[in-house]
Amino acid sequence: MTVVRVEQKVLNENQRIALDLRRRFEEHDILCLNFVSSPGSGKTTLLECTLAAFGPEEKIAVLTGDLQTENDARRLARYGFPVQQIVTGGVCHLDGKMIERHLEAWSLDDIDVLFIENVGNLVCPSSYDLGEEAKIVLLSVTEGEDKPLKYPSIFHKSTLLILTKVDLLPYVPFDIEAAKANARQVNPDIEILEVACSTGKGMDEWRAWLEKRRSKRQSAAAGGAISAKNERV
Amino acid sequence: MHEVGIASSILEAGRDETARRPGAKLMGICVRVGVLSGVDVDALRFAFDCITAETEDEKVVLTTEKCPRVNRCESCCHEFSSLEASPFTDAPCPRCHATSTSFVSGDQLDIASIEVEEP
Repeated sequence: MTVVRVEQKVLNENQRIALDLRRRFEEHDILCLNFVSSPGSGKTTLLECTLAAFGPEEKIAVLTGDLQTENDARRLARYGFPVQQIVTGGVCHLDGKMIERHLEAWSLDDIDVLFIENVGNLVCPSSYDLGEEAKIVLLSVTEGEDKPLKYPSIFHKSTLLILTKVDLLPYVPFDIEAAKANARQVNPDIEILEVACSTGKGMDEWRAWLEKRRSKRQSAAAGGAISAKNERV
Repeated sequence: MHEVGIASSILEAGRDETARRPGAKLMGICVRVGVLSGVDVDALRFAFDCITAETEDEKVVLTTEKCPRVNRCESCCHEFSSLEASPFTDAPCPRCHATSTSFVSGDQLDIASIEVEEP
């Protein structure tokens, strides 16, 4: 029997696709955000409120994943931006290949911001890089404040935590400060926002966060263009 | 939950590596699973057995090596490990008892090696 050292990531193939997607997003100056949470935390609702605030001239696109049904794509398509449903048929997460395949239908030049709504699941999506610039994890106040400790991986890998349904705080025994402390325990750098889509609370802050990331992406793109120009000279 | 997909990726990688050695037969695969990888080792073994049952890979043995969470103390730079997933950070340093520590590793999911029978 011969032992052969391999030393590669199990999800090497997904990683290769994700790196390629990330390179393509950068080339086309696309801000790609991957929304993750447990089912029912309000990913689709947050996206609806977000899309509603964009003008029709904005170049926004959405990929939304679920095990079954086109319900979310129907809900999100009402805002006039291109939306595709990814029906995973039982797979509990989105992977790079699914994103790659669905992007074939679009011209990347027509997209400035790509929202990916992952399958509702706090476990598996944490293992799969989709080439996104940032993962955004949602936690609603009707869940437990110890979720970040129970599912550390997804909170560790996310850039932003959005606490949703905060209008329900007076009615539920959710300790919001404990939830924030728990999230910072697994990820000291995580940014945190509080929103309530039904009242609009926190939506300005969320929009500001989004615009900050967009302008950062655009200035990075402009910097890239300048350095590319310099290389040519 | 996604262990079947992970098990398929492991088997595929093992087969690819074996195919690079003419006439070799895949006998075993060793993977390293970090406590923070989000992969349950028992579920992974079960999934691996299910996908290889009654196939030519039925005899392939999956070995798993559990990797601890490693933290580094921000005050004294001491690195320490634990097989407990939580806490990611803020675990007190066993040497100087400071509570500010940073995450070093523990989320790996790697194929370390394969075992092959060669002609």
